[in-house]
Amino acid sequence: MKKTLIKCNDVTLGYENMTVLEHVSFELKEADYLCVVGENGAGKSTLIKCLAGLKKPAEGQIELSPELARGDVGYLPQQTAIQRDFPASVREVVMSGCLNRSRIIPFYTKADRERASKHMEELGITHLFDRSYRELSGGQQQRVLLARALCASGRLLILDEPVTGLDPVITSEIYDIIKTFNKKYNITIIMVSHDVKTAVKSANKILHLKHSVQFFGSTGDYINSSAGREFIGG
Amino acid sequence: MLEMLSYPFIIRALVVGTLVSLCSALLGVNLVLKRYSMIGDGLSHVAFSAMAVATVMNWAPLWVAIPVVIAASYILLRLSSDGRLSGDSAIALLSTGALAVGIFIISMKSGINTDISNYMFGSVLAISKSDVSLSVALSLAVLALYVLFYNKIFAVTFDEPFAKATGVRADFYNMLIAVLTAVTIVLGMRMIGALLISSLIIFPAMSSMRLFKCFRNVVICSAAISVVCFLAGLMVSYEYSAPTGASVVIINIAVFAVFCAIDFIRGGSIAKRLNLRK
Repeated sequence: MKKTLIKCNDVTLGYENMTVLEHVSFELKEADYLCVVGENGAGKSTLIKCLAGLKKPAEGQIELSPELARGDVGYLPQQTAIQRDFPASVREVVMSGCLNRSRIIPFYTKADRERASKHMEELGITHLFDRSYRELSGGQQQRVLLARALCASGRLLILDEPVTGLDPVITSEIYDIIKTFNKKYNITIIMVSHDVKTAVKSANKILHLKHSVQFFGSTGDYINSSAGREFIGG
Repeated sequence: MLEMLSYPFIIRALVVGTLVSLCSALLGVNLVLKRYSMIGDGLSHVAFSAMAVATVMNWAPLWVAIPVVIAASYILLRLSSDGRLSGDSAIALLSTGALAVGIFIISMKSGINTDISNYMFGSVLAISKSDVSLSVALSLAVLALYVLFYNKIFAVTFDEPFAKATGVRADFYNMLIAVLTAVTIVLGMRMIGALLISSLIIFPAMSSMRLFKCFRNVVICSAAISVVCFLAGLMVSYEYSAPTGASVVIINIAVFAVFCAIDFIRGGSIAKRLNLRK
């Protein structure tokens, strides 16, 4: 029996007096791969921010398993303008994922450094370790951020549109990497995606949003549901 | 040159100025990268106003200015982070408003006089004996906190959402940066001047970012530039009897120009932006 990691109970989300999402309920277990799909403005990113702990729900509760509540969450946010010309080496960026582990000591430990090298190797970016983050290609940057997210958590990755602006070859590489982590290490994945066709291929669960939940369930059921048929468009 | 060291006020300026330059250079890297460059400018005007009140009331200037400026930095950060006011207009409001209040209060008491000029443009004579120990203690505290929380400060500056999601208390560290900046500004402004102190925050960071690409090197280089420029500026001001603040800033401009030139020759970011690299 797999453990439940996240449970959303009738969550409503919004900004000030505007409601973005209503009555969202779902449950995720260990090693699930959930894709959150929906049109622009459907509230996907808002839900993701809430799951990552950046935003409080207006109503309802999000119950996290004890490990996640302690910050064992790997998050890959959308890129910000600040990062585009930020002077930071790849190693510095990846290492910053280890901060939730060294609560008492303010400096990185040997274990942190080993962890960072391990994940850089898995993502094939070891040779870039002293390159500047801002000089890398989009695909390389995304690998760096994935390595950082893995340093932060071996349990849950939350990915907010990880392939925006990448070309098709790199996109499928990134999807493959994410899928490998899911299968090989049983890491739970929550991914927001525009690309519903790929979502259906790799995820085992789909959450379709349009200001409320249109569909939540297994991928197989989604393909045959009315919401799924309409959105995938045959 | 060595005879300048025989004046106790120069020694005091040397000690306090070096420490303040170090603090402002370290914090400057984070402020510039977070797009908060102008926060130093806003805070220095608030400090001006607080010192004006202290002068009129005959209170110790540092003890009044430090809490007031810390409060102002907290308000600035709050206003701009929850989106009620955009950061730059919040700073402009606070800075011009505080300046007006300060000038009004001072002129009520004594008319526009050398006090105002000293606060605006700085004076090497401003550091009194009693200020030295407080200034040294506070700037050492700023340095210690910065080094202790260096990794967290990097994480919060590079990617605040990620840091928050992994359980780093981003709001606390943002506040820490603001408080440390406030203390640094107050300590430095009487020597460098309220109108010029923010250049101590911006110039070293901008210069070192021309040449270095990893965060740690940028921070170290920025600190080095800042201290060297301060010492050179102090010497120039002694030699030509020029105001210290202005001399330090001019040296900083020269360093910035040299670093830009080196970057340009190496085909760095400026050349790229001008599309000259093809």
